Amino acid sequence: MALSEQEILSGLAELISTEMEIPAESISAEQTLTDDLKIDSLSMITIVYNAEEKFGVRIPDDEANKLVTVQDAVDYIKNNQA
Amino acid sequence: MATDTSRRVVVTGLGATTPLGGDVAATWSAALAGTSGVSALEQDWVAEYDMPVRFAAQLAVPTDAVLSRGQRQRLDPSGQMALIAAKEAWADAGSPEADGERVGVVIASGIGGVWTLLNSYDTLREKGPRRVFPLTVPMLMPNGPAAAVSLELGARAGVHTPVSACASGAESVAYGIDMIRSGRADVVVAGGTEACIHPLPIAGFAAMQALSTRNDSPTTASRPYDTARDGFVIGEGSAVLVLESEEHARARGARIYAEAVSAGLTSDAHHIAAPDPAGTGAGRAMTAALNAAGLAPSDICHVNAHATSTPAGDIAEAAAIRAALGEAADSVAVTATKSMTGHLLGAAGALESVFTVLALHDRQIPPTTNLDDQDPQVPLDVVRKEPRVLPEGDLAALNNSFGFGGHNVALLFRTA
Repeated sequence: MALSEQEILSGLAELISTEMEIPAESISAEQTLTDDLKIDSLSMITIVYNAEEKFGVRIPDDEANKLVTVQDAVDYIKNNQA
Repeated sequence: MATDTSRRVVVTGLGATTPLGGDVAATWSAALAGTSGVSALEQDWVAEYDMPVRFAAQLAVPTDAVLSRGQRQRLDPSGQMALIAAKEAWADAGSPEADGERVGVVIASGIGGVWTLLNSYDTLREKGPRRVFPLTVPMLMPNGPAAAVSLELGARAGVHTPVSACASGAESVAYGIDMIRSGRADVVVAGGTEACIHPLPIAGFAAMQALSTRNDSPTTASRPYDTARDGFVIGEGSAVLVLESEEHARARGARIYAEAVSAGLTSDAHHIAAPDPAGTGAGRAMTAALNAAGLAPSDICHVNAHATSTPAGDIAEAAAIRAALGEAADSVAVTATKSMTGHLLGAAGALESVFTVLALHDRQIPPTTNLDDQDPQVPLDVVRKEPRVLPEGDLAALNNSFGFGGHNVALLFRTA
């Protein structure tokens, strides 16, 4: 069963929160992954790995590199859910 | 920089998470009370593989009760335990406001990130290479725990990981003393960590008949020096000491537990796993520590022995203590704390350094438990049943650690 956009956002915020040790409530869709959330390349790889596990999607490296905001990641997951 | 042998090294902080407790205070009071940290293993793999050994000395307080999910996600269990112990030790030392470039880290492991390595291999075989966790390599590398501690503390004087099996934790302390004495650091966070209560290492140790198989009575399985001993009990945990130049410690008014005086390190070149029955190399390590300290055997009041509860090892060490101390061995109070903690492998030497330091500081030696019938081939004054009270005055003690591969480390501590 496909998850709603809100469910994906809250699930993704939880993964980012765990990795970056920041409160999930402080993460919003329009934030940029690198500038706003300070996610470095290794943390990004970890979050992508965990998102693939959690949402059952495949996020190839070249697609992951195109993601700028949290919303971009939510959209990608929403459009590629099994 | 030239070595300044007059640069004294003192212990200003202690940290631990062990089978006896989640911190030093809980661990130490349990040790003085003669409590066993050994229990039956309830994990599914015990029955699944029909393990020949079904007990171990597991952490008293699991790491998930202390660390965040994010911290645990990035670290092998061995790294998690080291981080817990190091943070406690650093806080206990008063969180020294030292220049990071003068702070070193030496955290050893005997086995390394075995959980990460083996779980990742399972993932590779079941799901393929894309599902292997991106942090697998930094998590499995043996220096991972030391690196994690250096990141936590901003330590930039050097990060090191001695690997010498069950002598690793003691070798860390020896390395830390050297770093300070040679002028490379003012403060060194030194210790060991081990997390290998996993079916593979247990199967491996069992295959070489190193482990006790007393499955019907886990709490009495670790029985150093007892005639009924049948092998060691595998344990997990971490212990860390903050070492500091005396000058640096005094300048900031730090509490000093004891002086870390010297270390003796030798090797056997005898056998890959068996001890030299005469204990020659182990005895030379103790003598080297005494010589470096400028002390005589009669100055030693206490030895925290390696004593793992193996039939051969305990006798070899007793011979080594006799060889190194001569007649003075008669007036040395020996204890084997692995009777309570099990054998923490690469963390053992660090934990037993904590015990030795506290024995000198609090002037009481924790007992050796499960010693019902002392082996006549161990003619030593072993502390049993109750803690032994040490007299006032200037006292010195040794902590022995030996490892597969023929590694021998003796550390010498003194009241401050």
